[in-house]
Amino acid sequence: MRPISYSRVADVGTAIGTVSADPESAFLAGGTTQVDLMRIYVEQPRRLVDINDLPLTRVEELPDGGLRLGGLARMSDVAEEPAVVRRYPMVAEALLMGASPQLRNMATVAGNLMQRVRCSYFRDVAAGCNKRAPGTGCSALDGINRGHAVLGTSECCIATHPSDVAVALVALDAVVQTEGPAGRRSIPIDDFFLLPGQTPEREHPLTHGELVTGIDLPPLPVAATSRYVKIRDRESYEFALAAVAVAMSVAGGRITEIRLALGGVATKPWRARAAERVLDGAPADTDSFTRAAEAELASAVPHGMNAFKIELTRRTMVRALAEMAQREGTA
Amino acid sequence: MSPAIGGTLNRVDGRFKVRGESRYSAEVPVTNLAHAVIVNAKIASGRITAIDTSEAERAEGVLAVLTHRNLGRVATVPRLLPSLAGLAAPGQTFFPMQDDTIHYGGQPVAVVVADTIERADHAGTLIRIEYETTPATTLLDQARDRAYVPERIFGGLLPGHASRGDVTKALAEAEVCVDATYRFAPNHHNPIEPSASTAVWEDVDRLTVYDSTQGPNAVQFTLAELLGLPPISIRVVSHAVGGSFGSKAMVWHHPAVAALAARHVGRPVRLVLSREQMFTSCGHREEQEQQITLGARADGRITALRHHKLSLTSPFDDWAEPSLQSPSVAYTSPNYEGVYHLVRGNTITPTFTRAPGEATGMFALECAMDELAERIGIDPLELRLRNYSATDPESGKPWSSSGLTECYQRAAELFGWHDRDPRPRSRQDGQWLIGTGMASALYPVTQPVNPQRARARLYNDGTAVVEAGVSEFGTGVFTAMTQVAADALGIPVERVRFVGGSSDLPNVTAAVGSAGTSAVGSAVHLAASQLRDELIRRAVADDHSPLRDADPANVEVRDGKMVLRDRPDVGETYADLMHRTFAPDVEVLGTWNPPPQDAGYGVHTFGAQMAEVAVDADLGVVRVRRMVGVFAPGRVLNRKTAHSQLMGGMLWGLGQALLEATRMDPRLGRWANASLGDYLVPVNADAPDVVVDTVEVHDEVVNPLGMKGVGEIGVVGAAAAIANAVYHATGRRQYELPITLEKLL
Amino acid sequence: MKSYQAIRTAPAPDSAVVRGPGEVAVRLRVNGETRTMSVEPRVSLLDALRDRLELTGTKKGCNQGACGACTVWVDRRRVLACLTLAISCENREVATIEGLAEGDTLHPMQQAFLDADAFQCGYCTPGQLMSAVALLAEGHAGDDAEIREWMSGNICRCAAYPHIRAAIRRVRDEQGGSGAAD
Repeated sequence: MRPISYSRVADVGTAIGTVSADPESAFLAGGTTQVDLMRIYVEQPRRLVDINDLPLTRVEELPDGGLRLGGLARMSDVAEEPAVVRRYPMVAEALLMGASPQLRNMATVAGNLMQRVRCSYFRDVAAGCNKRAPGTGCSALDGINRGHAVLGTSECCIATHPSDVAVALVALDAVVQTEGPAGRRSIPIDDFFLLPGQTPEREHPLTHGELVTGIDLPPLPVAATSRYVKIRDRESYEFALAAVAVAMSVAGGRITEIRLALGGVATKPWRARAAERVLDGAPADTDSFTRAAEAELASAVPHGMNAFKIELTRRTMVRALAEMAQREGTA
Repeated sequence: MSPAIGGTLNRVDGRFKVRGESRYSAEVPVTNLAHAVIVNAKIASGRITAIDTSEAERAEGVLAVLTHRNLGRVATVPRLLPSLAGLAAPGQTFFPMQDDTIHYGGQPVAVVVADTIERADHAGTLIRIEYETTPATTLLDQARDRAYVPERIFGGLLPGHASRGDVTKALAEAEVCVDATYRFAPNHHNPIEPSASTAVWEDVDRLTVYDSTQGPNAVQFTLAELLGLPPISIRVVSHAVGGSFGSKAMVWHHPAVAALAARHVGRPVRLVLSREQMFTSCGHREEQEQQITLGARADGRITALRHHKLSLTSPFDDWAEPSLQSPSVAYTSPNYEGVYHLVRGNTITPTFTRAPGEATGMFALECAMDELAERIGIDPLELRLRNYSATDPESGKPWSSSGLTECYQRAAELFGWHDRDPRPRSRQDGQWLIGTGMASALYPVTQPVNPQRARARLYNDGTAVVEAGVSEFGTGVFTAMTQVAADALGIPVERVRFVGGSSDLPNVTAAVGSAGTSAVGSAVHLAASQLRDELIRRAVADDHSPLRDADPANVEVRDGKMVLRDRPDVGETYADLMHRTFAPDVEVLGTWNPPPQDAGYGVHTFGAQMAEVAVDADLGVVRVRRMVGVFAPGRVLNRKTAHSQLMGGMLWGLGQALLEATRMDPRLGRWANASLGDYLVPVNADAPDVVVDTVEVHDEVVNPLGMKGVGEIGVVGAAAAIANAVYHATGRRQYELPITLEKLL
Repeated sequence: MKSYQAIRTAPAPDSAVVRGPGEVAVRLRVNGETRTMSVEPRVSLLDALRDRLELTGTKKGCNQGACGACTVWVDRRRVLACLTLAISCENREVATIEGLAEGDTLHPMQQAFLDADAFQCGYCTPGQLMSAVALLAEGHAGDDAEIREWMSGNICRCAAYPHIRAAIRRVRDEQGGSGAAD
């Protein structure tokens, strides 16, 4: 790790002012991504501004009936927050399926959204990587890419977005609250994550010094019947090979409301809108689920080792939807 | 006093370990310590054309930047010989940073020494290196056409080709044949403690190295040759070792680099490998492919076995893990052919990885056996019984001990094997297809070549210290030696302290090949027994002893008291005798001369493995629900620690079966997943409850206590049992490890 | 017996004073004692403990958050010392394996690990123990499935996992079986 200087701030204004004034500075929250990537020289700030003392750790009720997750709320705390568990179970489940208990005690929900990809070429400063070093080429296209994305890829980057909870948040149309040198912004979460396109180095619309202060979950009754399904090689402590966040309402055998997003298979937490369109109003049966999965995956592009992910995702989607429908049907 | 051997004594080093007080090699306090960090080649083949160290040298706290241009030369690189031989044992016959050539990705090209670990690490990134790159071979598929059959492998100890009978004819005549090819991903040991060496020059010709190793003496002898010093100049200390699994069985470059760097800067130097460096610095289980052809009669009796292996080795050494040895003697098979084929590639020399060879070779054989059983329509266990060989099929000599059939029987009982419906896909539990599988386990009993020594000293209060140069890397050897010494001396374990972990202590082999506890245990048993006999001899010769003139053969020791066997009220304690005769202590050096490998018997350890898996019918995810392993490892010194090792081995087999693969990027010539986040080993959630049992076999051939070792046999067959269970669950044969879910979609 | 509770100490009213990049005086509370050292801000809590304070019970297995060997408690929550900067722990309570026993008396979890043979080489053990004691306090040891999942952040390459679970079960049951203690 490079030598760095360090300061610790106690209020949001100072934090933003300090970082935005110094292009070589960065926020330090949970540190699970920041310290890791600094140690392998993928990130090289010269100054860290420790924001762990900022009063952004709470989970609060919003006037509209939604819930605000403080940007610095720890993954573990949010996962056990009764309001989250009861009203947004897939958020709690996704949090608990991520990382390990120790990492969840450290990592913040804002940091979770900001985490970088796990592509081994991104993490290897001696390898070509357009995301880390624009213009150096994507080593993963023809490389070891079993874990890489099949949706939302470009010829510049196929790295999978690693977050679990972001998948649930995308399904719920959460809103990312930020504060920066230019004031406050509310960014719909689907706009918060950018596709790699020709500029994989740009992952989100934040400006330097802009801080994620909170994440708003809208009031959504359907979210109470939701779940997160994660498939991986190891039974725990591993990123997803495929994951599905689903919230569903069923009445009279038909799907009356559906929210669906995919993880582990796309370059951003992937809202499965094509599948939602098939499912909306459709019979809650395997045929609908299969058609929905196929509609969503029609645009999937395999790259060598990860071709299996298309079929795996299709089956995982059908599984998640069927189990959700069954639970709804018997509820 | 009940015997300590066979009991369940808690680990004698356990209190230190649970308190965090054990000092591993990077944790020994040393004053004026400097830190070294190695910088590795980012190409796999070529030459360094320019190297600029000026910025690194100017960086704060940097004491030295050493490269091939200024690192001290090594005197001699000794020949590659497995460390069981008791001599110098380099992991490969290449020592880095002696010239500008790059042979493999991750080869050390520089070492930075600085006052703190952070400064050394950062300065390493400031070195600018330019390379001329030449084409590299890093995968088998790149160079199949360049394969050759080596004269000998494994440090010259094993032939590259072996046969008996006429395998071609027998296969042609066989009523049933199974022909299959199995592929194995490379595996890395990944002990949680990375290798570490701390080098302290007390004088120009006096070096102490704290090193994480399976054999302090092997490190001493290897360093002596590399550094051109006599062995008396070098002391190697290994207080506690945080796992090894073969990665610390041979002596790699880092202890010598630490010593050279320390000499250069005139300060003690600590060199700890990073996790990433653990993938390129201490060998691995090589990428390999094995082809098996089994010929059998219609009743399942095997008539022929042809077993070929193709694997990748380094530019320097003809290394293949010996995959063909145990399979060649697992069953009666009058006609046999085993051939190693090697391809030279740009890699560090591969090395021992837990159950080196058996883990892969027995996987291939036991999966083929499962296929054969199905082909002829008999139970897989019955097939093994029909082919059980009461003698070593290679030599025709009897086994020194076996217990294999008892292992099968006991495992079947514990597992409930006989209720099994043999049809694939016959059991389902919700979304999960349930299957069961079994395999035999074999591991050779390999004898150390040289005498094994231990020292036992009894003090006049009746307590004893027992010493030998073995290191403790999780095997429980310090605990077991305490028990062996206590029983031989006839005193409670609380009155014995075992001391190991230093090359200054009596010389024993590196604890490798599951032979460590047998080797040192035999020496400790002899030392302690001879010490007891010496005390008895003194007692019966002493006019003032109640045992005066007794027949020594009629004297035994109970709880520190020498008594007549038939009159236990007559006798005296060690302490009484020693006080009366003004003896502060009595000491004996015990030497065990191992029998020759070929002592008129076949010597192997046997076992049986069974596993139940659940395979997600749609998603291909495999989860192991339970495992049963029954083994016949000869005398078990400590049931608790031995069962732990066997259990750990079986769960290693689970990792090999389902998770573990190091993936090479042939364009870069480097591993693409050299981290514990990307190289997946089992976590707690992956580990089912494991039933381990042992079958007692009495073995008078192998060593005085009849021990055959438990360190590795637990791995053997575990992956095959899982793969066979996956077949039983799904109806799909698995020919490639690990069995990841895409193979079952 | 030491208690483990998920509480947070009050934040320090620190101003945005810039410290480093050279060595600065850092004061840590470790196992109830105040320790001062001179380190660069980039120094991890793990290296500070091991190399500066000679508290080598906390282990370095991967230095990148993938093995759990460096598990310690900061403000009584289990975290990874390798991904924590030492300087960021000022005004927080750090607890390591060296503080777990009460003098010569082992913590019940230490004794249970010893009796159940829940380790072999012992290198991951301090991290396992710091996780296991935290696990009970968190109330995540209700059944084996829960223990397996919530102990999966600590890799044991010797694979003593079934014995680690047995040790945790024993302490849980001795404490009343709830899985939540203290």
